[in-house]
Amino acid sequence: MGELKLMKGNEAIAEAAIREGVDAYFGYPITPQSEVLEYLMAEQPEKRTGMVVLQAESELAAINMVYGAAAVGKKVLTTSSSPGISLYQEGISYIAGAELPCVIANVVRGGPGLGTIQPSQADYFQTVKGGGHGDYKLFTLAPSSVQEMADFVSLGFEIAFKYRTPVMILSDGMIGQMMEKVELKEQKPRWTDEEIKKMHDKWATIGKTPDRERNIITSLNLDSAIQEKHNHKLQAKFRKMEAEEVRYELFNTDDAEYLMVAYGSSARIAQKSIALARAKGIKVGLLRPITLFPFPEKPLADLTPQLKGILSVELSAGQMIEDVKLAVQCKVRVEHYGRFGGMIHSPEEVLTAFEQTFIGK
Amino acid sequence: MTEEIIIAGFGGQGVLSMGKILAYSGIMQNQEVSWMPSYGPEMRGGTANVTVIVSDERISSPILNFYDTAIILNQQSMDKFEKTVKPGGLLLYDPNGINRHPERQDIKIYKIEGAKLAAEMGNTKIFNMIVLGAFLKLKPIVKFENVIRGLKESIPERYHKLIPLNEAALKKGMDNPVELKPGKN
Repeated sequence: MGELKLMKGNEAIAEAAIREGVDAYFGYPITPQSEVLEYLMAEQPEKRTGMVVLQAESELAAINMVYGAAAVGKKVLTTSSSPGISLYQEGISYIAGAELPCVIANVVRGGPGLGTIQPSQADYFQTVKGGGHGDYKLFTLAPSSVQEMADFVSLGFEIAFKYRTPVMILSDGMIGQMMEKVELKEQKPRWTDEEIKKMHDKWATIGKTPDRERNIITSLNLDSAIQEKHNHKLQAKFRKMEAEEVRYELFNTDDAEYLMVAYGSSARIAQKSIALARAKGIKVGLLRPITLFPFPEKPLADLTPQLKGILSVELSAGQMIEDVKLAVQCKVRVEHYGRFGGMIHSPEEVLTAFEQTFIGK
Repeated sequence: MTEEIIIAGFGGQGVLSMGKILAYSGIMQNQEVSWMPSYGPEMRGGTANVTVIVSDERISSPILNFYDTAIILNQQSMDKFEKTVKPGGLLLYDPNGINRHPERQDIKIYKIEGAKLAAEMGNTKIFNMIVLGAFLKLKPIVKFENVIRGLKESIPERYHKLIPLNEAALKKGMDNPVELKPGKN
């Protein structure tokens, strides 16, 4: 067993990044994720692993520093919260277009605009339906515990480099600010220049050698025919993710007549609601998407025949519900429940909403 | 065993650190724990509260409406959280600064003179450890030795010289909770 610590979700991301052998972190402070940068500054990882930690002058600078470091095959991380992530969007689109790996964490707060500093899940559309311009998909992991905040740093980089794509860790103020027990992995060494050359020489801009063509990192190609071909290549990657990278968790679904679908913090709350419902003899289960793109469409469709109704539970006005509806193709009634703007629904509120919607009391 | 606790008072009273030490104590005996603060722009002087759950099982929601125990350290928190104690649950409070005492008939109510005892011990900062001691006397969910281990984990090493003082404060708290009968507070 690794080292056990009591940590905030934000601190867990920071410590996991050091232990993952991340080369660089660029960011700009914003509540409720500032502990990531604070922890890294206090920990001084340049002394532990040589990792660079830099507070950029703005979010625009931070995401473009990520773009630059990713272009040379380095493991690079950035974190922010909703308004800051909005400022990242141009850069994320460029990084996706240029096919570069990086991990971005959004510790979501209530919006729109500057909104509040309290937890929210209202950035679902921005994350999985675009955000930036152009036909790209953002691989999205949704942690529901401090342990997953740490684990998804490693998993995020694994996927980012496997597909040469930006990966989003979509959490919120609740998972970022809460403390839980977390088991930390052993320190991985940072990649050496030789290792980067061996693994990424085909694309990284690490210096041309006589035996190959020049590597060019760009998202610009004015020849539409070539740009269409490039888009086909990107789409093939996204289809491969949909086929191979779906992750989810089932809870009490074997005999379930009703289902809640919830991710991240809402999944934790829904789990308690389900325990309360089960105590009253109501057979309800939970499907927790761990990847939001790719969305667990098939597992959801497979469960549909046994269900009388699905409640999509989110800290938003109803965003993920659209993907739930697409997955079940109108074969079962799907409704939404959620508080938003920084308010958090309690397990009892979720249960009451469920009963009023489906049981009729 | 699952114990769901709210600790509520003023910022600066050590509410969050009391919760952190309790959570670390749970980890020391291989339990699952969660610590969920109310976070906001206030640092000191505003109200602060933290939900701590210690359990033998995986913890679902870290945010709750109802609690097995409420540890209440100011009037605003009494107004807000007295009604959130589950029937049969525990309300532990410091009467210092409380002008409306708890009135529930269906829960156990104890007081601990934390502020007064801390002043008598000559260090008001150990107030939270006295209150924690009283709680652990009433609900020994974590072993005393694990609280000391939790303390060592949760405070920086440069303050470890203060552990004997904290230990004394915990013991002082354990000796002093006073049960209050309904209607006679």
